[in-house]
Amino acid sequence: MFRRQHEPADPVRFTFDGQVIAAERGETVAVALLASGVRTVRTSVVGGEPRAPYCLMGVCFDCLVTVDGAQNRNGCLTVARDGMVVESQRGRRRVGAEAGA
Amino acid sequence: MSRFLECDVAVIGGGLVGASIAFGLCRSGVRPLVLDGEDLDLRASRANFALVWVQGKGVGAPHYALWSRQSSLLWPQFAALLQDATGIDVALSQRGAFSFALSSAELDRWHTEMETIAGETAGAAAPYEILGHNELRDRLPAIGPDVVGAVYSPADGHVNSLRLLRALHAALKAGGADYRARHTVKGIEPLKAGFRLSGDWGTVVARRVVLAAGIGNETLAPKVGLDVPLKRSKGQVLVTEKCAPFFRFASATIRQTDEGGVMIGDSEESASTSIAARADINAVLAQRAIRTFPLLADVNVVRSWAGFRVKTLDGLPVYEESASHPGAFAVACHSGVTLAAGHALVLAPQIAAGALSPDLAVFDSRRFPRRSHVSQTA
Repeated sequence: MFRRQHEPADPVRFTFDGQVIAAERGETVAVALLASGVRTVRTSVVGGEPRAPYCLMGVCFDCLVTVDGAQNRNGCLTVARDGMVVESQRGRRRVGAEAGA
Repeated sequence: MSRFLECDVAVIGGGLVGASIAFGLCRSGVRPLVLDGEDLDLRASRANFALVWVQGKGVGAPHYALWSRQSSLLWPQFAALLQDATGIDVALSQRGAFSFALSSAELDRWHTEMETIAGETAGAAAPYEILGHNELRDRLPAIGPDVVGAVYSPADGHVNSLRLLRALHAALKAGGADYRARHTVKGIEPLKAGFRLSGDWGTVVARRVVLAAGIGNETLAPKVGLDVPLKRSKGQVLVTEKCAPFFRFASATIRQTDEGGVMIGDSEESASTSIAARADINAVLAQRAIRTFPLLADVNVVRSWAGFRVKTLDGLPVYEESASHPGAFAVACHSGVTLAAGHALVLAPQIAAGALSPDLAVFDSRRFPRRSHVSQTA
């Protein structure tokens, strides 16, 4: 869908579901994922459909990922950092312990 | 609607109350005309908390406790009828619900109220239990240490109320009702037989008219010799991101929707006319929710909104046929979700047949102090 025209001049590296992704310093997670050819970053919470970053301005919530264990982060509002562990957001986020039987 | 139109029954208002009645009228063989207002009108049906709730209702008013109970018992049938008519599942869940007390004074007050209701209804009201902190924690391990106890009733539950509104409108279309959006009724002129309803869209003559316009009933009712005095009641709701199921019951202030979002209510302001949600009130709602379920602390709120309840002076519904203008009915209530089943399956057939039963007529507005403008404008 997208590809980089130039390799990052000043790269930072993070992982996405274990795969190493190189980003230009200052780039967001969502842009880096798109530029690396990632097509799906989450599945929708209601229908389980694959989703990818769309609006890139914090509105559509289609770029949600888990960042260093924090669920449902907007990938388009999160600047990539070296060593970040990013995981795809599979369906609804989990909360603490089960509250009711 | 520029051309002149006549109809048998016109329902003014297409929210949950008007649409439930119109759905029931369709089932009774009447094809009502439904005159709905503007998208940006104050619409409780799009702001509510979606509880099917009986617990604590009807202190000093056993007829209200029993009417709420009756509607909650009719809800499974009502939901099934909507599903059959439209294929839409309104996600009715009646697994029971809690009122979480954050102080013993709160718990003691609710306990007294529940005992009063049970006594006044001679035990016919919904069953309930009063739970201390430890009993509650045995059932809900995630409850916070600040929760001193809870009222639990197995009779209570919740639905997806936006889907309910959509299902009702789909059912109206399928059932032959004539639904008109953006048809705010401004004038009601009683005729020898029937009523001339008018607005910027034109006029229509209806043999009978049902006022179900929510807050709008306050100004419409006097035109047909009725009085529906309301008090201002603004509430705010927070909604979180969708979460994996963690709380399968309902509660008065926190519920997890069928799609996973957690709704947090319910504030009340009696003086505000602003449609904006206030951040300080949202903060209190969030703090109480976190004290109730500490695991909510790291869950993100994605939306908040404010709505205005349709609240009568005593909080009880109004069901009344005008004595001076027979054929004009007024319906006003706060609990448009809880009472939707009763409105569709009990009230609407009575309106179709032309008279309210004594069970419902007891909710007439003559219990309120009479205001002079009613007789002047009627």
